Amino acid sequence: MTTTKKNVHFPLFDNDPSAAPRLHPLKELIKKLTEAYGPSGSEQVIREMIRDEIKGLADDVRVDALGNLIARLKGSGPAPRKKVMLAAHMDEIGVMVTHVDEKGFLRFANIGGVRPLTLIGHRCRFANGVIGTFGVEKKDASRTEVEMSKLFIDVGATSPTDAPVGVGDAAGFWRDFTDLGKRIISKAMDDRIGTVVLIETLKQLKRSPHDVFFVFTVQEEVGLRGATTSAYGIQPDLALAIDVTDTGDTPESNWMAVALGKGPAIKVKDSGMLAHPGVKRLLVETAQAEKIPYQFEVLVGGTTDAMAMQTAREGVPAGVVSVPTRYLHTPSEMVDFEDVQNTIKLFVALLSKPFKLD
Amino acid sequence: MLLEKLSNARGVSGNEAEVREILLDAIQDRVDEHRVDTLGNLIALKKAKGTRQKSALKVMLAAHMDEVGLMIVHHESNGHLRFRKVGGIDDRVLLSKVVLIGKDKIPGVIGVKPIHLLKEKEREEVLEADALTIDIGAKSKEQAEEAVRLGEYATFATEFAEMGERIVKGKAFDDRAGCAALVQILKRDYPFDVYGVFTAQEEVGLRGARVAAYAIEPDFAFALEGTVCDDSPKQKDVSPVTRVGAGPAITIADASLISDRRLVNLLVETAEENRIPYQFKQAIAGGTDAGRISLTKTGVPAVAVAVPTRYIHSPVSLLSLSDFDHLVALVSKALPRLTRL
Repeated sequence: MTTTKKNVHFPLFDNDPSAAPRLHPLKELIKKLTEAYGPSGSEQVIREMIRDEIKGLADDVRVDALGNLIARLKGSGPAPRKKVMLAAHMDEIGVMVTHVDEKGFLRFANIGGVRPLTLIGHRCRFANGVIGTFGVEKKDASRTEVEMSKLFIDVGATSPTDAPVGVGDAAGFWRDFTDLGKRIISKAMDDRIGTVVLIETLKQLKRSPHDVFFVFTVQEEVGLRGATTSAYGIQPDLALAIDVTDTGDTPESNWMAVALGKGPAIKVKDSGMLAHPGVKRLLVETAQAEKIPYQFEVLVGGTTDAMAMQTAREGVPAGVVSVPTRYLHTPSEMVDFEDVQNTIKLFVALLSKPFKLD
Repeated sequence: MLLEKLSNARGVSGNEAEVREILLDAIQDRVDEHRVDTLGNLIALKKAKGTRQKSALKVMLAAHMDEVGLMIVHHESNGHLRFRKVGGIDDRVLLSKVVLIGKDKIPGVIGVKPIHLLKEKEREEVLEADALTIDIGAKSKEQAEEAVRLGEYATFATEFAEMGERIVKGKAFDDRAGCAALVQILKRDYPFDVYGVFTAQEEVGLRGARVAAYAIEPDFAFALEGTVCDDSPKQKDVSPVTRVGAGPAITIADASLISDRRLVNLLVETAEENRIPYQFKQAIAGGTDAGRISLTKTGVPAVAVAVPTRYIHSPVSLLSLSDFDHLVALVSKALPRLTRL
């Protein structure tokens, strides 16, 4: 018996495969990076993918002790130049196997903020490509609350000996990218969409008066760990995180004045940091000058790498630009394509000219 | 046995002097330098030695001296003592335990209402620590004040003992087991500088390790621990976290750290080549000094490896001396291979 690795795509209402529209190149990159494997602590694959994508674009590229990928674009302005750190995290939430039972079912722990209810019926994928599905004890998927300890992963094994993965192996969600035209859905938009913004900014930014450090961080989802150490090493004069944020634009959603399609969200506050007023103003003024739509973000729960960067060493003026995202921390996170493009525009404009923070 | 001495010694977070003295005595002949820093960490340096090519690496090995315990915060009018927990203790393990308070080891009993007098509802309730008092036999507030001052620490009055086949019981194996192992590991020579750090205040927030690692700036770090074990028989086929007797437990991830994969592999390869039994810690729970050390300055690759210890953070814990010996052997043999990473 043979198997083919090629994914054949059959359009639902059209028998002619050539009629399927080709993806926009930026969507192609989003698809590639969001579908990649990379739970916190297992960022090797995604890191190499990004390193490949930015080849030749930066003056130097290095990986630090914790695994952060740091690309530096040397400024064209006269010394002393300002150091700008941009951080987008490579890692995604996931699960880690803690026990293989006698029948080959896997018990697991969460890596980052995984909610049990969002797992049931979904699939996860391990580093070696093994895919499993999440099951629940007593087959009870009707309850509104379920504890993680009542769930298990089924990888089709019948005993610990034929299980293709074991204790300590990590998995991310397994779900493919969907293009809805104006909107796109994928797993791990949080924060691969941020890495896409940084890659595109680096591609489009011809020159900057500042030394710009594009940092693809590790282990954000488990405690902003990569940003903590990379910010210490870089000692930036300005730090910006690019991450996703929640929205308030779905039926009966919690009150939040962020919506898809209204442009990048400039963070005012979240549960871990208050954006530096000068940084906030700089972002607003740049958006206004470039006629880029923007909105303000006040996030009640959650934080980003900016919290760690802000408190590095003696303190760093820090802010966040967020891509509004629905269904966060589920296998189907949705963003607006124009928001993504506008976020890139904002970063390119911001980095192209000198700035003053006051 | 050093582990016995360390287990019986008393050193709740912030008050590690007694443990530190024992450790200082045990290591001073086998290290090149040692000092006690501002927070009370005992930092020992063993300089690179051996005929092999020396390396410029700095490796930090951390084991914490402090244990969980109690602190006296109030004298009641009847002479009882009110206390607060220092570090994570399950309220349910406090009832009717004997404790020793302060330098003079004043014995006290955490009082419990007899079962005869318990109402049905009370039998199902867990009494919170705030509701409990320590009875030192004082007849009045004045007598209690004379015997015990506010702010004094109390530890569980558990004596170390051997039981069964190479099994020992005692208090504070978390982390006196790690301390005793570190002393043994420091006996050997290594081709790079090894900083043996006996840390303070781990149980209240990895505080000692934070400042020690900042000063040392290590290239690699290992935390040696006595770790969670839950291998008693269960109805369900779920994780035992670790098993006593199955070898040292290597942490892949816990609440504070995702271990550096190269260090995990280094330990696994060393164990397999030397036929040392080992296991992985099967839960993402708890945190160790390694977590804090890994975030120091520009980052430090770190891993935690531990002696599986039943009933930790309670008045009595239990471990296997062969797991302990295997931890010493594993780390001693793994360290020289760091130069190949």
